[in-house]
Amino acid sequence: MRALRALVWKESLHVLRDRRTLGVLLLLPVFQVLIFGYAIRTDVGTVRLAVVDPAPDAATRALAARFAGSPTFTPVATLPVPDGLDRLFRRGAADAALVFAPGFGERLGRGEPADLLVVTDATEPNTGATVASYALAVVQGFERERAAAAGGGGGAAGLVPRVRLRFNPTAESKNLFVPGLVAFVLTIVSSLMTAITLAREKEVGTMETLLVSPLRPGQIVAGKVAPYLLIGFAGAVGVIALAQLVFDVPLRGSLVLLLGEVLLFLLVSLALGVLISARAKSQRVAMTGALLGTMLPTLMLSGFIFPVESMPRPLQWLSHAVPAKWFIAVARGVLLKGVGLDHLWQETLVLAAMALALLALAARSFRPRLE
Amino acid sequence: MTGGAAAPAIRAVGLTRRFGDFTAVDRIGFEVAPGEVFGFLGANGAGKSTAIRMLTGLLAPSEGTATVAGHDVATEAEAVKRAIGYMSQRFSLYEDLTPRENARLYGGVYDLPRREVEARFGELIGRLGLGEAADQRVAALPLGWRQKLAFAVALLHRPRVVFLDEPTSGVDPVARRQLWELIYETAAGGTAVLVTTHALDEAESCDRVSILVAGRIVALGAPGELARRHGVGSVEELFVRLARPEREAAR
Repeated sequence: MRALRALVWKESLHVLRDRRTLGVLLLLPVFQVLIFGYAIRTDVGTVRLAVVDPAPDAATRALAARFAGSPTFTPVATLPVPDGLDRLFRRGAADAALVFAPGFGERLGRGEPADLLVVTDATEPNTGATVASYALAVVQGFERERAAAAGGGGGAAGLVPRVRLRFNPTAESKNLFVPGLVAFVLTIVSSLMTAITLAREKEVGTMETLLVSPLRPGQIVAGKVAPYLLIGFAGAVGVIALAQLVFDVPLRGSLVLLLGEVLLFLLVSLALGVLISARAKSQRVAMTGALLGTMLPTLMLSGFIFPVESMPRPLQWLSHAVPAKWFIAVARGVLLKGVGLDHLWQETLVLAAMALALLALAARSFRPRLE
Repeated sequence: MTGGAAAPAIRAVGLTRRFGDFTAVDRIGFEVAPGEVFGFLGANGAGKSTAIRMLTGLLAPSEGTATVAGHDVATEAEAVKRAIGYMSQRFSLYEDLTPRENARLYGGVYDLPRREVEARFGELIGRLGLGEAADQRVAALPLGWRQKLAFAVALLHRPRVVFLDEPTSGVDPVARRQLWELIYETAAGGTAVLVTTHALDEAESCDRVSILVAGRIVALGAPGELARRHGVGSVEELFVRLARPEREAAR
């Protein structure tokens, strides 16, 4: 035990003395939360609007003109049928669509409910929701004007706008970013730092001295990763706390469960870091490996930024292999839905299996090989 | 000249290591007695490092056996590691720690009580005249000091065998002499010292030397005796003569 204690102590000194890295590790979560939090609040710029109008009449033209006149919306296409919409959204040529039902003006004129569909691209759920609310504001303005023109008494049934968010139909919450951010911070601290710090010992040559000593490979790894386990855990707690304090992100489920899952995900990330460093001869290679092998998947394939449901099928399959995907699912469940293990046992089981398998692999890969 | 009553500190018999088709170390055999300073010479790529890795338990031999401090390197690597000190070719102290902190680390790694580490480190550093450097960051110290400190740290746990891989490369002459004095002192205490070097004049300072060419030991004996036997003036001359054919063959 004395040996392990000495190693942990020494690694902690490394961390404490490398002020710059320590600063980055501590401030990164804070900046991330602030950046993501405020990015969500930014106003939507220009929204490109497609209009589907099967039977143009005075009313549809008036409403479309009202959209065109608003500072937010710019009409880019008018289609007779909704079939072409899909292509426009996929190409990214339109951010929102206004879909009229046939006979819109006629029904309005008779005081019957007239259907209007507002579709927005919610690939980024927050932007999607904001655009939808802008659209509804325009529709409401149109309604008020019509009511005034009809002389106060009219508009019994009138317009029935429905909103559909494409790609992320539920748009659970504006708080979706927090679980992903926790995963991201944990990945940086554990995978990246572990890979770099182990590779550094190899590059500098001190690893040779450690390997010649009576230390067991397991002790070397444990001693090296222990401080990062602590920093990663602190970072995760910091992100959750800051998100609550500054952005009122709820914590609806059990904190204990959440922290337990954080620990599980940390173990997975640390094991990945060790695995990467086992193949890397230099810090630079280790860093590239960690960026490509852990950070990129955590950003792109975990559902953090892009919903998994809207990915092409092969990428969806690939995302199953990304630990962050499972962690984010769990964290969203606990933070935003307030569900417990009875709902999340499958994801937890996957994470636990990944942790066990990767730790076993990491222990095997870390052999006194110095060729 | 060895043999006798004392069991050898290092004993290699037919020690071989292959990497694929390449034989890095080819059936080498030698013994080093306790208290002996043994020079392990060879050009770059001659197989010195591979041999040392086998003797320190980092690499399994392909063939042959070796015992270090009485323990088989292939089957008792754990016991071997406890009994040896090692100063790697590359720098083995942590630069962002002070020498004292490095000593505490390695003392802990070798399971020494803290108090013993402090006492032993104080004694070693006093002998080296480096007391003032004990609490400065290693990164700020001159290379010669660092090498002496690394050596001191490698001796903390009183190893029975010490491996020094090019301890004097890049070190100024004064520090080099001090290092060699420390090597003699260590050997006088009964520790066997195996040292590799590129500075061939240092070879004359060893009790015995071996010259490794293409993985084989081509000369083994006391420096003066070797020179006489081959009809040359010094080990340096002998080395150049022995190592040259290999270089030409490699071209």
